Amino acid sequence: MLDCAADNRQRKRCSGHIEITELSKAFNGDPVYRDFNLSLPVGEFVSVFGPNGCGKSTLINMISGLLPMDTGSVLYDGKSIEETNISYVFQNYRDALFPWIRAIDNILYPLKIRNVPKREQKNRLDSILSEFDIKIDILKYPYQLSGGQQQTISILRSIITDPEVLFLDEPFSALDYEMTLLMRERIQRIFLNRDISMILVSHDLEEAVQLASQVLLLTRRPTRVAETIPVDIPWPRNAATLSDPDFVAIRSRCLDVFSREVARGERGSI
Amino acid sequence: MNTGKSVFQFLRCILNSRAAQLLTGPVLVIAAWYFVLQLHLLDSRLLPTPEATFSRLYESIVFGTMLHDVYRTLILVLYGFAIAAILGVPMGIALGSSDKIYGRMEFLIDFFRSLPATAIFPLFMMMFGITDFTKITIAAFCAYLIIIFNVAQGVLNARKTRILAAKSMGASRWRIFCDVIFFETLPQTFVGLRIAISMALVIIVVAEMFIGANDGLGHRIIDAQMGYDLTNMYASILMAGILGYGLNYLFMLMEKRLIHWAGH
Repeated sequence: MLDCAADNRQRKRCSGHIEITELSKAFNGDPVYRDFNLSLPVGEFVSVFGPNGCGKSTLINMISGLLPMDTGSVLYDGKSIEETNISYVFQNYRDALFPWIRAIDNILYPLKIRNVPKREQKNRLDSILSEFDIKIDILKYPYQLSGGQQQTISILRSIITDPEVLFLDEPFSALDYEMTLLMRERIQRIFLNRDISMILVSHDLEEAVQLASQVLLLTRRPTRVAETIPVDIPWPRNAATLSDPDFVAIRSRCLDVFSREVARGERGSI
Repeated sequence: MNTGKSVFQFLRCILNSRAAQLLTGPVLVIAAWYFVLQLHLLDSRLLPTPEATFSRLYESIVFGTMLHDVYRTLILVLYGFAIAAILGVPMGIALGSSDKIYGRMEFLIDFFRSLPATAIFPLFMMMFGITDFTKITIAAFCAYLIIIFNVAQGVLNARKTRILAAKSMGASRWRIFCDVIFFETLPQTFVGLRIAISMALVIIVVAEMFIGANDGLGHRIIDAQMGYDLTNMYASILMAGILGYGLNYLFMLMEKRLIHWAGH
């Protein structure tokens, strides 16, 4: 487990934990999680990485309250899912944004359903737009924007409520590499600028390591934690970081664990 | 040489224009009409000339009762359609929101949807008498089935990610319903509405023919046939076609405006 003191970001308070206890989930009788326990530090960026079909998305869907668990509980610093301000960024922005309303109304939608006054909505919008230096024409409809712009809108929508926890389910997998690099920097800026816990599911190890303060490596089903690997590299981490020796070392360590788990699964299935 | 080329280009431009595209079909039909008349493929007592038909259409619109008949038919169609839409859209949404309920009702809806509308004419006449109310009821009934089926299908096939997204933002069920599912279903709803209004027109016209009527396009057509006033009959058929096409076109326009996001 990553010690708070070892974290090289200065601003973070590091107190509570996200506690997942006795979590079980089966699909059609096939167990994905059985008595799964996990404790994640609040205010950190955790990347979840593991073999295909190990239930990475299932895990974050359950702990974000989108998918019911069979048994088990999740507590955010002692609070239940309902008491916690959670946001979620979906992999497929095309299907997650509402094409019938303009980009601006998409971003403001979570505030609208919370009955936040119009004035306050505008203030918050202006503040995040300037914070991230967004130059998108938000009066357009989502389908008039590029993929990267759409996912940016999606991300803005997720942070306008100032969430305590932000879940990201393979958010950049539909974007080209250039856009992905830019979006990784944007996401880091969100993380560094506010008190927020981020949990990212990624199928891209480079991305998982670049963004995380710790990488959570999962096994095959029934899924357990294979290892938790801290990433002690200074923020922000840009494209140059990707060739940094420390980065490469951590990445290859993650890859070793991953390969070991994949091989174990294969032996098991033979 | 050069002029010839530009004249050719000019002609090609005209032939490729939207108006030319639209007119190709009608021109072909009228040509075929003349062709049939010229070669005496059909007894000329059964088929008047196009110019006789069109001038009759013009006269009956300007001097005759055609517009009154169109109006009467249209009113009944709109009544039937409105009732069907007001009942069908909410019920379709409700039905589609639950796999279980839909599963139980699917057979019933499919059965009545497949039942030829004309088969229930006598039953409805017996129940409601020979009135406009009967015609509206049958039209509404059949249009309603089409709408409820399409709307329910639309809801069932709504993309789950958007619903999940709204849920993740803490939207209530009612909110998700109004802000997401309704819009998600709108394209399929419009498909249903468009088919339903065409169906309502068919039924009203048939009903005007066979359930007593004093006016309306159906009545006009059957009256002309019985009185052997064939130019009037053809003119009325044309008018019915124009009405049907017009309604369909109106819906397509509305669909395009309203569902701007479709196809993206």
